[in-house]
Amino acid sequence: MDLLRFATAGSVDDGKSTLIGRLLYDSKSIFSDQLEGVERASREMGSEYTELSLLTDGLRAEREQGITIDVAYRYFATPVRKFIIADTPGHIQYTRNMVTGASTADLAIVLVDARKGLVEQSRRHAFLVSLLQVPHLVLAINKMDLVGYSQQVFEDIRREFTEFAAKLQIADLTFIPVSALHGDNVVDRSENMSWYEGASLLNHLENVYIASDRNLVDGRFPVQYVIRPHSSKFHDYRGYAGKIAGGVMRTGDEIIVLPSGLPSRISSIETADGPVDEAFAPMSVTVRLEDDIDISRGDMICRPHNQPRVMQDVDAMITWMGDKPMRPGAKLGIKHTTRRTRAFIKELQYELDVNTLHRDESATELKLNAIGRVRLRTTTPLLADEYLRNRETGGFILIDEDTNDTVGAGMILAS
Amino acid sequence: MNDAAESPRRILSQLEVLESEAIYIIREVVAEVERPAMMFSGGKDSIVMLHLARKAFAPVSVPFPILHVDTGHNFPEVLEFRDKVVAQNGLNLVVGSVQDAIDRGVVREEPNGSRNRIQTPVLLETAEKHGFNALLGGARRDEEKARAKERIFSFRDEFGQWDPKKQRPELWNLFNARVHLGESIRVFPLSNWTELDIWEYIAAEGIEVPSIYYAHEREVFERNGMLFAANDLCRPRAREKTFVASVRYRTVGDATLTAAVRSDADTVELVLEEVASTRITERGATRGDDRVSEAAMEDRKKEGYF
Ligand SMILES: Nc1nc2c(ncn2[C@@H]2O[C@H](COP(=O)(O)OP(=O)(O)OP(=O)(O)O)[C@@H](O)[C@H]2O)c(=O)[nH]1
Ligand SMILES: [Mg+2]
Repeated sequence: MDLLRFATAGSVDDGKSTLIGRLLYDSKSIFSDQLEGVERASREMGSEYTELSLLTDGLRAEREQGITIDVAYRYFATPVRKFIIADTPGHIQYTRNMVTGASTADLAIVLVDARKGLVEQSRRHAFLVSLLQVPHLVLAINKMDLVGYSQQVFEDIRREFTEFAAKLQIADLTFIPVSALHGDNVVDRSENMSWYEGASLLNHLENVYIASDRNLVDGRFPVQYVIRPHSSKFHDYRGYAGKIAGGVMRTGDEIIVLPSGLPSRISSIETADGPVDEAFAPMSVTVRLEDDIDISRGDMICRPHNQPRVMQDVDAMITWMGDKPMRPGAKLGIKHTTRRTRAFIKELQYELDVNTLHRDESATELKLNAIGRVRLRTTTPLLADEYLRNRETGGFILIDEDTNDTVGAGMILAS
Repeated sequence: MNDAAESPRRILSQLEVLESEAIYIIREVVAEVERPAMMFSGGKDSIVMLHLARKAFAPVSVPFPILHVDTGHNFPEVLEFRDKVVAQNGLNLVVGSVQDAIDRGVVREEPNGSRNRIQTPVLLETAEKHGFNALLGGARRDEEKARAKERIFSFRDEFGQWDPKKQRPELWNLFNARVHLGESIRVFPLSNWTELDIWEYIAAEGIEVPSIYYAHEREVFERNGMLFAANDLCRPRAREKTFVASVRYRTVGDATLTAAVRSDADTVELVLEEVASTRITERGATRGDDRVSEAAMEDRKKEGYF
């Protein structure tokens, strides 16, 4: 069985957690003791019905405030697929937690309250989903029960979002009208919206095709760890352990090691269960080469005729997640694939207004949750691809070297 | 787990994806952290985690010590199993003893006799003594609602505390392992595994687990709707009648608090069937300690518990 990772997104109170609760409940994926716990907590809160959002809002502070603060991960399976859900917070203050949940998703569900339509936060999240290149997006127009299940309301929001989405890079976009509270179009097709002819949300999640979302073209193997036994039994053994970040690597392939540029050939690809003929993302393997060359963590094994760029000047979109603003001149730690180095922010080219997608070139800093385009220079080169081409070799994080906090996420642009 | 290459569409099964992710996480810890250690309780999750660690570094042996916080409230089968695994794999075992900490006056026995809470200071003390600045743990997000919120690389302050409102962003699989002296990271390679994934993996890989995970006859008594083994650690009170039943354990924790479930599943296939159809979570079915309050786990985690 294969695995689909999906994340919720959208403005505060639009019903993300309730939708996840409903999905779990109607697909009979909730354990009886969990349900009892949620029923008890709902009663204690004075709610007339079971607050399904409590299935993911598990922290004390979340229950006191009635909002999601950090991502909750939930798991369920149908006979078709296994699912990993990241239920993320809608509140702007916690945008970095939404980004955390969405960064690994195959699909994002952006919720919109049918009564309110698109608000700034819906646009921000949809924009982040496209910036992160989450391959599939579902715009779920929720609380349809509160607008009389009106087709008109649905169509208006669909039109407005389609217009906005035209300016974003979204490969696959689906619209579904739902009521998370009552379950319309969540697991089963709704009887209240016979005008809607598409699939229910669960049906869509089960069938969306994700196998071609990975890059199987550009062979990329960032060396994570060098395995070198200090025993006589494995005297000459030297293996390069790591996870394939793109393409397909085969035994016998000619390769080149970056940044040294030294060529060799793959003598074997090993796992603890024995050798394999080929490896592709996201397999963790150990690659061995015919020649004894000096390779360490952070180096990249690739094909001679298909290499990543070796770059020290990096153009990237940044989502800033630090409490202190980012300003040009800042020196930061950077982690890209398995490589750790330092970066200097040379230039803030513009800040992006997520509502209008207007580029503010007069911006002098990026505050918490702001998005902008920067140019930075690293102390040692990155072996990188454009993020659009490969999420694994195109993304990096920025680390504040005083606090050690993760303060930014970057997506490399073609320059 | 080598079937993937045969699939022309090159799609990995969920177990293959989870295995690869866990191996990547474990390697990342060793590559980035100076002195990591792996928690090992002898329970199924830590056994699977250790199995993955062995795969991650093959043919080299596991390059870090194994840390067991010994509550002194053990199932003998589990302790025996631990020693066997350590001997077979030539592991370096470090033990933090709760009994010893009680004798030294570092912690005090709780009125209800449970050592679940007081094992936290012992864990922190042992980690500090050995200078461990990253601890790999077998906790899973599907176990409990506070765990559902935790990062894979989870930052702990110099008191070992978790602050759920101040977690570091964690993007893609770029993990930030940086800490200041005294601070540490807890790492959970099995974050995305469910109880069913664990058993499917145990079955697929033929991994041995302590015998108490399979159905056996045992003298038990009922307390708070759960079945507890009657023995020296856990004595029935006046009105609690003992009887013999076919049971197995779904989790292994402090033996005074961990309940058994009625079961006839005495093979891995039968356990798989049982886990696939169960309607109650493993902690709900077996842990007296989580029933104290709705936020019991969150509170313990804030103090430094796993
Ligand atoms: N009538 C109606 N109410 C809904 C629906 N979905 C959610 N709600 C209510 O909206 C409120 C907010 O729902 P949540 O699920 O907590 O919203 P959220 O999007 O998760 O909020 P954050 O995570 O804090 O951003 C709750 O009181 C829900 O009961 C719906 O389809 N119809
Ligand atoms: Mg929520």
